[in-house]
This record gives sequence, structure tokens and C-alpha cells, in this order.
Amino acid sequence: MMVGPIFVLAEHRAGELRDITFEMLTKGHELAEGLGTELVAILLGHEVDGMAQELAKWANRVLYVSDPLLKNFNADAYQAVLAHLIGERKPILTMIGHTAYGIDVAPSLAVQLGLPIATDCLDLCFEDGRLCVVRQVYGGKVNVRARLKEASSYIVTVRQAAFQPGEYGPLSGEVERVECPIKEEPKGRKFIGIVTPPPGAVDITAADVIVSVGRGIRDKENIPMIEELAELLGGVVACSRPIVDKGWLPKDRQVGSSGKTVKPKLYLAIGISGAFQHVVGMKDSELIIAINKDPKAPIFRFSDYGIVDDLFKVVPELIKQLKEIKGQA
Amino acid sequence: MDIIVCVKHVPDTTEAEVRIRPDKKDIEKEGLPLKINEWDEYAAEEAILIKERLGGTVVAITVGPPEAEATLRRVLAKGADMAIRVWDGSLEGSDGYVIAKVLAKTIEAKGLKYDLILTGAQAADDGFAVVGPMLAELLGIPHATLVKKEEILDGRVRVHRELEGGLEEVVELELPALLTIQTGINEPRYVSVMGIRRARKKPLEVLSLSDIGMGPDEVGPAGSWLEVEELFLPPAERVAEIIPGSPAEEAAKLLEILKSRGLI
Repeated sequence: MMVGPIFVLAEHRAGELRDITFEMLTKGHELAEGLGTELVAILLGHEVDGMAQELAKWANRVLYVSDPLLKNFNADAYQAVLAHLIGERKPILTMIGHTAYGIDVAPSLAVQLGLPIATDCLDLCFEDGRLCVVRQVYGGKVNVRARLKEASSYIVTVRQAAFQPGEYGPLSGEVERVECPIKEEPKGRKFIGIVTPPPGAVDITAADVIVSVGRGIRDKENIPMIEELAELLGGVVACSRPIVDKGWLPKDRQVGSSGKTVKPKLYLAIGISGAFQHVVGMKDSELIIAINKDPKAPIFRFSDYGIVDDLFKVVPELIKQLKEIKGQA
Repeated sequence: MDIIVCVKHVPDTTEAEVRIRPDKKDIEKEGLPLKINEWDEYAAEEAILIKERLGGTVVAITVGPPEAEATLRRVLAKGADMAIRVWDGSLEGSDGYVIAKVLAKTIEAKGLKYDLILTGAQAADDGFAVVGPMLAELLGIPHATLVKKEEILDGRVRVHRELEGGLEEVVELELPALLTIQTGINEPRYVSVMGIRRARKKPLEVLSLSDIGMGPDEVGPAGSWLEVEELFLPPAERVAEIIPGSPAEEAAKLLEILKSRGLI
């Protein structure tokens, strides 16, 4: 029996294909080879012919729908078009990024079509025609291997940076334009615009040394201690999401998927548990050192050195000793 | 403005050591503190803020065993008017799809009126991020996920969705609509023990599966799309060398490492 193709929904913003697209295509290519089927990139947008040509290097086929109705991302419009394409081409698997766009469209699409879905997947494989996935639970402290209910077609959302964009091809895939199946703007949802945040006072992405602080700091009153340490190290203060949520530091200091991606020479993570949303923004730093009293904190799996201790004891020691060193110099 | 807020009572593993159960199907939950899912705390707060601004009602719903009532009482203490807890032993091991179906059936069975449904953007335990948008699809209403700002307009709601890299997408939905709420949208108010005690006078209804017209074969592993095979510890990307000693020794060693690399 002929297995249906593997669909990868290309994600793009402001005319650029996003990294997750190539990460998914690479994994999709491997899965398609294993199943002996086609890898198909799905591209929705307006005037996206250039992107379609680019995707053709990465897939056996590019299905693209170009229409003013798809100019901006709209979950309702995307869902309608994807439902049509899946119904017509019957892919064995549709891969969508676990991104702000992806999670806005994939779960409702799955319900509409009655197709099993697994979200935020780190790995995927087929065993006897059934899809198996690896995902994370409990804030990244544990992984789970799960199987999807047997079906003719599956949907997954794929975690960003779970796969390295690989070297294969170019495949010179066939580029096929598909007539837009929707004729009017979705009634319930209207795109208004994109808001870009004003640039902050400090650009943490330019710093060589980042001292980053998380939930473990417990109180706003304790932030100056971190600022003092950062200053002594000639670095800047950054933070994980909860600190910005609480209003203790401005948004432009946030490291992670909804904040900045940084690659300093030193990333000192203090009281940060290491949820994926944070780690994805700092894991490629040259040297990573974590201070956390929980020895099982996920951050240690991304660190070169770790101190398992109370930050309120270690940080004052660091400050004291740094001052002594500086005093001598 | 009548609002339904869907909440979940979850183990708090942010600072706790997590151990995998011998059958590898879940973690040991014994002894772990339980609390309202962090995202749902913001969703509940947002519901109360809208009610305080525009009037109307807030109904909180959870799918969970009796101890989950602690989370409902908390939302009642914040200012919700009534709460509903749905449970049956067969719901154990349900995935997000099943929970969305149970919520949809509950809303239909009780004939709840709503202009807005709020959920957390995801749960701290399973992290699916699917229940909100699936519930919206089942009810046939529009949704927006990862909402960090909302403004109720005439018959519509304008929301800011959080995109990657600090960007925001602004969209308008027709009411009734469902929003999944991102952390940081507001500052959840302090809930006192006294407040929770006072909230005991507010109605909290307990429903079984049959009350909402569902059977055990539609829920739990039987009704779920996802079946857990096993839990395991994630592999390390880097192997952290743990610096031993007292805080003074740890600090000294850390500074030595920085010095050897020319960082100080």
C-alpha cells in the first residue's frame, strides 16, 4: 500500500522562512526516506514564489497557495487551507512548528479533522505504521515516549531547535501552485497588525558576560545583588521569564523563546530551573555555569559547570572574593 | 460579560525533586505540593479583572479529583461566582483532547452562557497547550492563543498574542471567543486563607461523566489520542562538572575557572 506524503508546514515571517521550517524538513526528509514516501513542503502566503523556489531545494514537492487572504498569518484561514490540503492529499503526517503560529492552528485543525495530534515533540518515529513521539513534561524535568492512536494521518507540532537543519539534497522538488480554497476572510478572526517592541536601554545580545537570574531570586529586593555581581564581572543582567512576568526586570532583559537569543562568552545562570523556553535562548553560549539548589534542575543538563547550593550563600561569596581580587589588582 | 475560566490543579515541580514511578507511566506524586496551574492563575485573574471592569459573571470549571477543589476555591476567593468540578475515575490518564471534550460537554450540559472563555496557555505538568483551542473548535467559536493583552470592544475582543523574539500579533475575534492566557498579562492578586474560607459559601457543583452525557469509553486512555509508553530522564546536552565544597570554596573555584579562561 502506498503511504501518504509527509507534510511540513513552512513557517515564515516578514518574508523570511524561519529556522523551524528547515529543522522540520530535515526530520521530515529522514522519515519520508524511511517510509519510502514524498516529503512535501506546504507554503501559505501571498507573493511567496521566491520562498517556494527556496523550499524546492529541501523537499520532493512544494505545494503553495498564494493569495491576498493569506498575506498575514491567520489561524482560521490557515486551518481552512490546511484542512483542504490534508483532505485532498492524505499525508501520513503533517508537521507544524510548536511556535506561536503553530500552536494557534494545529490543535483546532486536529479536532476539525478528527486526526490524532501530539504537540511540542522533540523526536518522532514510525513503528509499524504508528507514530511514536518524545515530548517533555513537568517543565523539562522528565521526557515521555508516547504513541499516537492508530490513524491514517497524524498531526504533530515540533519543538524549535529539536532538530539540526541537515545537509541533504538539493532535492529540486516540483513546485505546484494550488488554487486558494477559501474565497473570503474568516468571519471570526481578523489580523490587525504586528507590534515591535521599542529597543531597550541595554542590548544583552551584545554582551560577552551575562549574569542571568530566575525565579530562585524570590524577591525584587534581591535583584541589586545580581546587578552588583554582573558589574564586578563586567557583564549585564538578564533573566528568565518569571522575572519579567513579575515586573522585576524589563522585557528586553528576557532570555528565551519569547525574549532574546544570546551567545555570550560566559552565561552565569542563577536560580534558573532551565525550562526549555529559557534554554533555547542561551544554550549555545560558550561557557555556561549554573547555580541552583535543586540538583535535578534541567539547567545543569545544559551547563559546563554547576554549583548545587543556595544562591543566597554563593552569590555574596562571589561578590566578596571578586572585590578582594579587584582590590589586589 | 459572562466568562468561563477553565483551570487545572497540578503538582508543583518547580523546586521539587521529580522521581519516575516504577511502572514508568508517570512521576511519583506523593508528597508533591499541588497548586493552581501557573498559567490558569493568570487566566482566572484576567477573568475577574474583566468582570470587575464590565460586570457579569465568572464560572470556573476544572476536571479533576476532589483535591482539585482547592484550586476552584482559590478562584472563587478571587471573585468567581460559581465553580464546577467534573470527575470520574476513568478520566485518569486522559490527554488534552479528552479534557477539551469533557469541558465542551460540561458547558453544553449545564447550558452555561458565555461571551468569553479563558484558559491558561498551557499546563505546567503535561505542557500540551491544546485544551483551549480544541475546546474552541468543539464549541465552534474563534480562539487566540498566548494572549498577553485583551481589550473588549463592541461584540469583539482585540488581543495581543505573544510571538517569538518579543514581537506581538494583534488580532480581533468576534465574541463569543476563547483566549488562552500567557503568564505576565496581569499581577495575580493575593488570596488570603480568610478569603478562601469565605468563598466556601459560594456554589461548587460536582458532576460525574453521566451528568454531562459521556461514558467511560470516551475518556481516559480509551478516548485519548496519546498513549504514554514510558517516562525517562532527558539526556544531557553538556555534562556539568559539579563544583564541590562550602559556598566560599564553590565561589573560589568558580572564579578560578573564569580566570583560567581570561574572563576576569
